[in-house]
Amino acid sequence: MRNIWIICRKELKSYFSSPIAYLLLTMFALIFGFFFWNAVGFFVVEGAEMQMTGQMGTMNINDQIIRPLLDNASVLGLFFIPMITMRLFAEEKRTGTIELLATSPVRDIEIILGKWFAALALYACLLLCSALNFAFLFRYGNPDWKPLAIGYLGLLLQAGGLLALGTFISTLTRNQIIAGAATFGLCLMLWVFAWVSGYDSATWATVLAYLSVVTHFNFFGEGVIHSKDAVFYLTVIFLGLFFTARSMESLRWRS
Amino acid sequence: MQAVNAARHLRAVDNLLPTQSNFLSQMITVQDLTRKYAHTTAVDHISFSVAKGQIVGFLGPNGAGKTTTMRMLTCFLPPTSGTAAVAGFDVLEQSLEVRKHIGYLPETPPLYPEMETAEYLRFVGRLKGLKGVELDKRVDYVCGRCAVADVKKKLLGKLSKGYRQRVGLAQAILHNPDVLILDEPTAGLDPKQINETRDLIKDLAGEHTIILSTHILPEVEQTCEHVIIINKGRVVATDSVANLQGRARDRETVVLEVAGRGAPLDPARVQQRLQRVAGVAQVRIKNQRNASAVFEAESRRGEMVRGDLARAVIESGWDLNELRPEAMSLEEIFLQLTGSDSAAAAAGKQPSEEAASAPQAAKESGAAAKEPQR
Repeated sequence: MRNIWIICRKELKSYFSSPIAYLLLTMFALIFGFFFWNAVGFFVVEGAEMQMTGQMGTMNINDQIIRPLLDNASVLGLFFIPMITMRLFAEEKRTGTIELLATSPVRDIEIILGKWFAALALYACLLLCSALNFAFLFRYGNPDWKPLAIGYLGLLLQAGGLLALGTFISTLTRNQIIAGAATFGLCLMLWVFAWVSGYDSATWATVLAYLSVVTHFNFFGEGVIHSKDAVFYLTVIFLGLFFTARSMESLRWRS
Repeated sequence: MQAVNAARHLRAVDNLLPTQSNFLSQMITVQDLTRKYAHTTAVDHISFSVAKGQIVGFLGPNGAGKTTTMRMLTCFLPPTSGTAAVAGFDVLEQSLEVRKHIGYLPETPPLYPEMETAEYLRFVGRLKGLKGVELDKRVDYVCGRCAVADVKKKLLGKLSKGYRQRVGLAQAILHNPDVLILDEPTAGLDPKQINETRDLIKDLAGEHTIILSTHILPEVEQTCEHVIIINKGRVVATDSVANLQGRARDRETVVLEVAGRGAPLDPARVQQRLQRVAGVAQVRIKNQRNASAVFEAESRRGEMVRGDLARAVIESGWDLNELRPEAMSLEEIFLQLTGSDSAAAAAGKQPSEEAASAPQAAKESGAAAKEPQR
């Protein structure tokens, strides 16, 4: 446990002592802020129109602002995750510091978990930027906080899985760009797989759609935890970390 | 292997005995260690052992398998076959224990450019299991020891090569390991830094068992008590530096400085006279000044000629200012053991220039040894 924390702390420090963390935070805050501004603007205009035309409809902050924004955040995360994970192992391999870690009295799995937790923590910081936006809704409106909390849980689980896969890819190369590009490609694939279910219901399409990380977020976005979705995310996390561990082991045999 | 068995046996009666590292006199035992890569065998059944407190030079041309061997000892690479034990622990089966007992400086110091020196050392210290007051004390101690205290607050990425190397050494000795493994610790340093680093390593020898790899021969002569010479993945010689020098010296090379008594000296006459001494194969004039000249006399195989040479000089009415046997340098031994014939011959032909030409030849033979692997 102590070793995991030592590695995690070091990783967080290097995220925050370089421009990486600040750049990602700024970009995420700007883009998400833009989404938020749009969503709220649309909500207000729609509300005003309803009043003017005398339509009787229900307006719901949770359904009309929070939920679409959580979906947006889930997709936005796909773009940020590669930038978080690409350096994790690739850079250690390039500079040779991996030799320090691998010859210290620390288990491989402790190194991997430490790095993964640090990546997850940075992602949580990004989500915190989005939470600032939602705070305004609570100040001026009265949304239900529980679906929001479950939505965030879903986002963290989804990111956890993708970060684990990204960590794995980062062990495969000593070039950060390659690691980043490959992770980005994988993230996008796991997103667009969901689209096949739109026009085909054959078995392969169902399987492909099931593999999409975004499909599994839908219920989380609505504020519902389906064990099926949670298990899917946990499986991806486990597999990603497992592959990372195997890859590190083969690194020793090959290098 | 015995040490490993002993260690395994010891574990059963652990509580009754002092710690294993105190108990075993052999700090490092390597038996038939082999490491294969896809198409090449980097290390081929090497065996050696290092006693506690020894400082051993691991010598070989580039690509001889030095780094691979060191990586196996530090548990970075698992061996393909064979066993290695450090401080009584097996590198494969008790890897974590081995790592606790080892300080390792890889060829490029493993530094994080975005960290400050002190911050980095604290991180490494924690990684090696130090904490609290002890951690602070050790960091301060190694900073002083390796002369990096004045860059404690500097980013590692901005340090000069010499400082980077010393920070690398500092992290290796941080947890006061029994065994230090240093991969080319002086590579890329300037002569002053090389001397400082050598002194530091010699200084550390009392407390730690040290293996240092190098392809620079004077380094071994200056810092090490023992040498293990490897070439193309095999051990070609393992002995103490003095023995190795003696072993290769089956003939004598003597340097004499002769002066004329008040009169100018004719070096050619002296040369002729020395040449007539029984057992002398060859005499060369190395250097001549007004009143004196330096000669180098080489004896025939198995002949000792120092006494006769001295007598010849004195009896001919000259002054003998200096007479010393020239030890065969490790370079020549090294070339004999590892080098291609041409390189050895080149070094043997012109002993007066050996100091200058031999390292060059060593490099060439090293390159030659490396080429087929590519």
